[in-house]
This record gives sequence, C-alpha cells and structure tokens, in this order.
Amino acid sequence: MLAPDAHPLLPADLIACHECDLLQREPALAPGETARCSRCGALLARNPPDSIDRSLALACTAAVLYLIANLYPLVGLEMQGRRVEVTLAGALHILWHDGMGPVAMLVGVTALLFPVLELLMILAVLVPLRLGRASPRLAPFFRLVRSVQPWGMVEVFLLGMLVSLVKLSHLATVILGTAFWAMAALIVVLTLAGRAFDPRLLWQAPTQTSAEAP
Amino acid sequence: MSQRPALTARQAGLLSCHICGQLARPPATGGHALRCPRCNAPLHLRKPASLATTWALVLAAAILFVPANLLPMMTTASLLGTQHDTIMSGVVFLWQSGSWPLAAVVFFASVMVPLLKIIALVYLAASAQRRSRRQPLQRTRLYRLVEFVGRWSMLDIYVITILVALVQFQGLATIQAGPAAVAFGAVVVLTMFAAMSFDPRLIWDPLADAPHPEHPHD
Repeated sequence: MLAPDAHPLLPADLIACHECDLLQREPALAPGETARCSRCGALLARNPPDSIDRSLALACTAAVLYLIANLYPLVGLEMQGRRVEVTLAGALHILWHDGMGPVAMLVGVTALLFPVLELLMILAVLVPLRLGRASPRLAPFFRLVRSVQPWGMVEVFLLGMLVSLVKLSHLATVILGTAFWAMAALIVVLTLAGRAFDPRLLWQAPTQTSAEAP
Repeated sequence: MSQRPALTARQAGLLSCHICGQLARPPATGGHALRCPRCNAPLHLRKPASLATTWALVLAAAILFVPANLLPMMTTASLLGTQHDTIMSGVVFLWQSGSWPLAAVVFFASVMVPLLKIIALVYLAASAQRRSRRQPLQRTRLYRLVEFVGRWSMLDIYVITILVALVQFQGLATIQAGPAAVAFGAVVVLTMFAAMSFDPRLIWDPLADAPHPEHPHD
C-alpha cells in the first residue's frame, strides 16, 4: 500500500474546505464557536464545550430511550370495542407478510437498524476517548458513524406516524403509546448528542491526557 | 486583479481526507488506493466518477418517479368496498377532510421534494459537467438544500407502514400497501445516493482553472 506523505512542512492549522476545496487557516475556536469557510460558508469546525462528557451523557440517554421506543407500542387504534397496538417491529412484520418485503426492509433499516448502529458506533468512539485511550483504531468506527448518519430517519418516522394518525382519527380513536413519546425524546437527545460531539477530538486526543497524568 | 486568487488544495497538489480533513501530498510516483496518513480512510482528489454516478442514479430515480405517482400507494378494503389511493389522491383526501396543513406537508414531502430534487440534481450535474463558472455559491447552497431535505420524502413510506400495521380489523377494514410504495421508496433512496455521489467541489473547480471554457474534464 502506498502511504502518502503526511507533510510535516504544512502548517498544522491549514485545512481545505470539504465543499469548495479552498485552502485556509482554521481559526482557534473558543468554546461554543464555529468556523465557516470564507468562500462558500460550509461548516468547517465547531468547538462544543465539554464535548466528550456531554455527548457521552446524551448518547447513554439516547440508548435508554431507544430501548423504550422499541419495546413498547408506538401507536394504537380503538374501533368498535376492538383495540390494536403496534410496536415498530410488529409493523415491519405485518408489512413483510403483506408482500412488501423491500418496503419493510427500507423502513427497518432507516428507522430501526441504522439509528441503533449510529448510537453504538458513537459509544464505541466516545467511551475509549473518555478513558483517555484514543487510538487510530477508533477511526473506522467514526467513518461508519459518518456513513450511517444520513440514513437514520427517526424524525421523519415520527412525522409519518402523526400523519397516519390524523388520517385515521375520524375512523377510530387513536392512542399514542409510550414508545411514541420515547421516540420524540430520542430525536431531541440524538440531535443534541450530534451537536455536542467534536470529531476533532479523535485526532487531537493523545496530547490531552498528559495534563491529568500524576 | 488586485485580489490574490484563492488557492485550492487541488492547485496546491494536496488531497484532503473527507473523514478527518487531513491534508496529504500524493507520492510523485502516483498510485492507486491511497490512504489517509492519519485516519486510514481512502483518499481521493474528488469523489470517484462523481458525475457519471450522479447521472445514472438521477436517471433511474426519474424513471421510477412515474410509477411511484401513477400506481396505487395503498388499497383500503372496508365494508364500503375497495379503494385504491395514489400519492396524489391521498393528498386530496387529506385536503377534503379538512386537515389542509397536513395535506400541504404530505404534498410537499412526497411530490414536490422528489421532483425538485431530481430537477436540482440534473441542473447541478449539468452545470458542473459544462464547467460553468456562474453562481458557484448559489449552486453550493442548492446542493446543501438538496442534501438536507431529501430524507423527508421518506414520509409517505412511514405513513403506509403505520396505516398497514394499524388498520387490520378483519371484516371491518384493512389497508394494504400498493406497488407504488416500492417504486417510491426506490426514488427516495436513489436520489439520496445521487446527492451523496455528487462532489460539490466540482462546482468550484472551474474557477480555479485557467479561463478556458473548452478545458477538458478530468
């Protein structure tokens, strides 16, 4: 394998915009500040305060909410004394046996599998970082997080549930289940976790732990 | 020109890692399968075969957009008979039953977003291929918008999932998903992949090159 030169002569703060390729210096960021490309305005870097602790706390919360959102019924319907409640997995099961295999798979991947995969990958990166054991071996996990992220669509799924309930509301009584509220909270917590995480820590971490060494 | 021209990483002979942002200079001997020295991700100057991939995916999405809108999205069987609904008739139903904000949301997410997304991607790919130097900032913003709103077209797929799962009152009413659901799901996935394969840096590349409009594309 050919390893390209890491280029020690380049200034360490030189970066290229990932959207327009412009070379520029990355400014030193105070906590809470963001850096944007001077030409196209793309987000270059953020410096969220207490990044590791906050994103780790939020990711753990999200994991609990994810469990609740998948174990309890999402929504229910009451019609002429009969009551139907579905969990996410139950809905996929019905769709699958309805001859809609591809659709069931698409929903399963975007609403069930990828959100949990993203969560596990975030934890797999954050826990070693918190323990001060950052290593290049974390990089593949981070790459997976990045490639999975666009395909987790919990928030769209929640809106979809609302639309379908409005459609049914004049036919039957609709019930919002425990999992519905857990999923609503999950969306908020996942968004906050994403905002709290600073990926630059992955590449800078080794120098951090020396300050805490006895 | 008094202003110093902007220098891009490509002009400086540098590759930037799309995962960690590390800049690297490729070995003079050239070579394939370069890897980032810091995070080991594959390094490319631009996304490989960006325009060809985008074109192929957009074309496939545009073709599937037709059955997605013409075939029934769901079939409702009730005491009153069997009813087939397309995406548009679902929107009309919502509108007539008085939930017009929801009708607007579904119409926007299911009809307008996929359609505008296909048109926007065709425009972006065509202008990048012609190496247009016009309005690069506006086109970059359009690209960001396409990337951001694309996921919301999944709305109708989720609506169908919940409706099919909930309305299973045998003898009273059942709902089944129709063939349009598969086509529509494919449109959403294909346009998302098309947006991901497009490299926005191609919008800016012509500005960095010498002003020769007939400059061949690399």
